[in-house]
Amino acid sequence: MGEASRELMRQARAQVAEWTTAQASEVLARQRSDGQNDLVLVDVREKNEWDEGYIPGATHVPKGYLEQRIEEVVPDKSQKVLLYCAGGVRSMYAGLTLKQMGYENVISLAGGFGQWKNSGLPVVQPRTLSQAQLKRYSRHLLVPEVGEQGQLKLLDARVLLIGAGGLGAPAALYLAAAGVGTIGIIDLDVVEESNLQRQVIHTTGRVGEYKAESARQAIEALNPDVKVVTYLDRLDETNVAQIIADYDVIIDGTDNFPTRYLLNDASLIARKPVIHGSVFRFEGQLTVFKPYEGPCYRCLYPEPPPAELAPSCAEAGVLGVLPGVIGLLQSVEALKLILGIGEPLVGRMMMYDALAGEFSELSLYRDPNCPACGEHGHPEDLPIYADVCAMPARVAVHA
Amino acid sequence: MATVRLAPVLRASVGGVKQVSAKGETLADVLSDLYVNYPALKEQIQPGDTLSRFINIYVNDQDVRHLQGLETSVGPSDTVILLPAMAGGR
Repeated sequence: MGEASRELMRQARAQVAEWTTAQASEVLARQRSDGQNDLVLVDVREKNEWDEGYIPGATHVPKGYLEQRIEEVVPDKSQKVLLYCAGGVRSMYAGLTLKQMGYENVISLAGGFGQWKNSGLPVVQPRTLSQAQLKRYSRHLLVPEVGEQGQLKLLDARVLLIGAGGLGAPAALYLAAAGVGTIGIIDLDVVEESNLQRQVIHTTGRVGEYKAESARQAIEALNPDVKVVTYLDRLDETNVAQIIADYDVIIDGTDNFPTRYLLNDASLIARKPVIHGSVFRFEGQLTVFKPYEGPCYRCLYPEPPPAELAPSCAEAGVLGVLPGVIGLLQSVEALKLILGIGEPLVGRMMMYDALAGEFSELSLYRDPNCPACGEHGHPEDLPIYADVCAMPARVAVHA
Repeated sequence: MATVRLAPVLRASVGGVKQVSAKGETLADVLSDLYVNYPALKEQIQPGDTLSRFINIYVNDQDVRHLQGLETSVGPSDTVILLPAMAGGR
């Protein structure tokens, strides 16, 4: 320490109070039990120090950003502020700065974090990404709407894909790439050659394997952070509630009406958003069904069409890339819901016409008399039209 | 003459095109006009007295249930979309 810094320290000691670890601990404990927040606790250390642990209840304002950020953290200059650093020196200088800025009641923790920790007092570890994750998701971290907190949300998120086919395949790949921590896939079907024209998560070498297992292999090779849960089963009344309970968002990649109605009703009861997508030849559409906020599937289609008006891809054909586009747009909606950003397509149907090269949007109607989500709705006991659908609700759900 | 756009599954009933014109000041009139010119379409979407429940109609991208239903007025620069539920798959 040079003479100038010693002089500053003298000024600091004259203006900034100092508390011992015991004093600070007592005040903070009392504050917590009273539910008060008279005292704001501020950690002025560097990020790497904070990352290794901090005092519970502290807000992190590194000393380098103190002047710029402190007024946002403590707008009221009469409020008591307790500062700490690693050993009790930087917090004194920081305290002097606060006094100069007009803060009336500034205290520094003698001995700092080191003394606190050595006294056996509680410390908290912040959740951070690993070095490998910081690299892998670096392009997400650079986006303000995502950042480290957003990436942690993605890693905590659980998305269920109904079907690992045309819509599920692209969705699974991109959600895995994004770091969605848990991806559930329900599909009883096996990979066939004709799938490979569009279901890009599968491979020629995996023809004959269960689609859900094939998808698992692709996901695990792409991103080891992702936990894949497969259900070699079809969704029906006996399992839908229990399966969807474990997920935050559901992507509907089904190809038959009974499953859509079943999923609709179960998701209303469990209050899980369902991202709906469908494709026919060169056209696709998608929307987000958010229970009790926008319309549900039954608001749009209280009854299914007759078989001749709802041909499958095997009957009508589809340009392979179309489900790719729609499946990816479904993934975008899933990420928006998880991160809580942007305007999800609730109450809006996005329409894509590939030949015209046009996107358009329809405004959907939420039916106040809907038998499922209306005022007198009863989603627990509505028909799912298992006998009246285009594709028989057979063993598989797939797209 | 309003513009009427049809979802892919309905196009065969109107000679395979994506869009046709129809006369009428209300949606009900527009549908009547369509049925006169394209009886196959009527068979598909309104075989009985009322419009089938798996069809939604949008005027200028708004579901007509938000508007005045079949009494919704339709002008020459308006677009009517007929959209049944899609299944896809396989």
